[in-house]
Amino acid sequence: MFKTKNFVKMALVTILAALFLAGCGGDKASNESSKDVLAQIKEDKKVVFGVKHDTRLFGLKNPSTGEVEGFDIDLSKALTEEMFGKDVKPEFVEVTSKTRVGLLNNGKVDAVVATMTITEERKKEVDFTDVYFDAGQSLLVKKGSKVQSIDDLKKDTTVLAVKGSTSSINIREKAPETTVLEFENYAEAFTALKADKGDALTTDDSILYGMAEEDPSFELVGGTFTEEPYGIAVKKGNTPLVDELNKALKSLKDSGKYDEIKDKWIKN
Amino acid sequence: MDFLAPFIEVYTPEHFKFLLEGFGVTLKVAAISIVLSFIIGGLIGTLRYARIPVVSQLLAVIVETIRNLPLLLIIFFTYFALPEIGIEMEITTAAIAALTVFESAMLSEIIRSGLNSIEKGQIEAGRASGLNYIQTLRFIIMPQALRRMVPPIVSQFISLLKDTSLAVVIALPDLLHNGQIIYAQKGSYVIPVFVMVALMYFIVNYALSLIARRLELKQA
Amino acid sequence: MLDFSILTTNMDSFLEGLKITIIASLIALLGSFILGTLLAVMRIAPFKPLNWLGTAYVEFIRNIPVLVIVFFVYLAGNFGGMTAGTIGLTIYTAAFIAEAIRAGIMSVPRGQMEAARSTGLTYGQAMRMVILPQAIKIVIPPLGNQFINLVKNSSLLAVVAGGDLMYQGDLISAKTYLTFDTYVFVALFYLILTIPLSLGVGYLEKRLARSN
Repeated sequence: MFKTKNFVKMALVTILAALFLAGCGGDKASNESSKDVLAQIKEDKKVVFGVKHDTRLFGLKNPSTGEVEGFDIDLSKALTEEMFGKDVKPEFVEVTSKTRVGLLNNGKVDAVVATMTITEERKKEVDFTDVYFDAGQSLLVKKGSKVQSIDDLKKDTTVLAVKGSTSSINIREKAPETTVLEFENYAEAFTALKADKGDALTTDDSILYGMAEEDPSFELVGGTFTEEPYGIAVKKGNTPLVDELNKALKSLKDSGKYDEIKDKWIKN
Repeated sequence: MDFLAPFIEVYTPEHFKFLLEGFGVTLKVAAISIVLSFIIGGLIGTLRYARIPVVSQLLAVIVETIRNLPLLLIIFFTYFALPEIGIEMEITTAAIAALTVFESAMLSEIIRSGLNSIEKGQIEAGRASGLNYIQTLRFIIMPQALRRMVPPIVSQFISLLKDTSLAVVIALPDLLHNGQIIYAQKGSYVIPVFVMVALMYFIVNYALSLIARRLELKQA
Repeated sequence: MLDFSILTTNMDSFLEGLKITIIASLIALLGSFILGTLLAVMRIAPFKPLNWLGTAYVEFIRNIPVLVIVFFVYLAGNFGGMTAGTIGLTIYTAAFIAEAIRAGIMSVPRGQMEAARSTGLTYGQAMRMVILPQAIKIVIPPLGNQFINLVKNSSLLAVVAGGDLMYQGDLISAKTYLTFDTYVFVALFYLILTIPLSLGVGYLEKRLARSN
């Protein structure tokens, strides 16, 4: 049994040593030479997309088939074919909101198509393509509701939102007269809406579409009243890939293929 | 019957297969980690038991530091922080590495106290009969201590199986993670999925705990 | 060297997280002590169905991951992350505390219960006034160990946005992009809590061993 006093002393020494070592490992972030990414993709005959596996309509793994399905997936497939023809196959790797930037930076994925909102903060870390989906805050109501847009949210109405979310803050600003009831998560808020605890539920339309799909007696109304533009993220400095993705995105939009994919998943 | 409807919807052969795939990953990661932890923990425990100056104290501090940190922090650190100093790992490797670091510290304590539980007089007896220190440890102390250590080691393996679930934070496709994907399909799936996931963990861990208990009884 | 400006500019967040970690751990300790005592008494009460119920709870909960319990409470009930996390930790830890307390009660010689009953006390009174006070002494070190585990496990609050130390650390690392340094500071904050507790428990264990 070693003495308590010694232990404290040793602990301090080790912590200091750890701090020192941490300092020595100072040259952080491996700077691999960003060689020609496009050539590499063509050589490997594959392009790796980071996608969500748990987000309805955008990227959701189907447990029965093992395939990931959704708007993000179909768009990635179409972009791959547009950029590289049939030779290059898209591969899908699961990312979460927390892991996606790291996986881009260490080269495990070439591009992230995962309901990622373009923000100034994030632009410091990754490069974004043009907007591929215009998400925005909207309202979900029971079909035939008296609430048809944000202007209908007057004194005697109640809106359900998720606690602490930006959508909850936004709705207070944009409809100051309405009562806001806050829930902990989307599932709870949706259950409350079904139980007539409120007139409308508010959050990103991309999430609301999923709810409307689950229970068709609900619909989105009034369009969006904030902007949450989703972009495809690539590793910072990987400009050739951004350019190619933008070109492909534009031609998908021009050819109508983009709308076809969008209509398949997001029904207005 | 409204309450039961989601259960019937969730409990399909495809979903079972998907959950079992996840459980396979859980078991694989846990098994590799326990073997590695046993080797590393055994080494650390023995070195600490042998009281080699400086080495023992240094190991004591490292072990105590790790034991006093949350495993979740160690997992986050391994996957998200180490790449900043150039150490990058795949998800599975990172999960195994983090679990091994944590469980080695835990196991080293089990092994050390197992060794300590053998009377010191036996070392002297061994030495007196002409064996050297290492031989005494290997042939006299270790075999007795190991037998005593088996039940706590099995218990630790149960902890490890449970702890593996924490690796969902780095998207390891284990049992809990595959459960999450199933309930992401529909809001009403949450409860049936959790009931099934909990039962699967329970069945395996309870069986292991019965084994541990039987081994304990045998020794008593 | 570590970037200490992370610590100085985000001290408020670190302290807020530390506060929530401490509060959640303390509430969960109290809750699981009460629930655990109840379960322990159930397991040894002279009434079979209570025994079964207590045993079923302890065996089931001990053998499933605490994260599964925390997620379940969070998703199936309408609670905030901190509340759901604290309830989940309480449910889990109670099973372990119940075992510790049961062992404590069993260590009090049987004759004492009989003696207490013969003086006219009811079973409940005898348990409360004679057996439990003696059992507590033996139970304190394992309770201390459970408290250390609670402080460590409270990091799971981060997974359900519970605002604890780990959660704050995560937010700070996402803001500063200095994950390594931030996590080292988070680790130091945890050690400030757990190392003194570990030393305290070690001291109690040694004292108890000597007094026996």
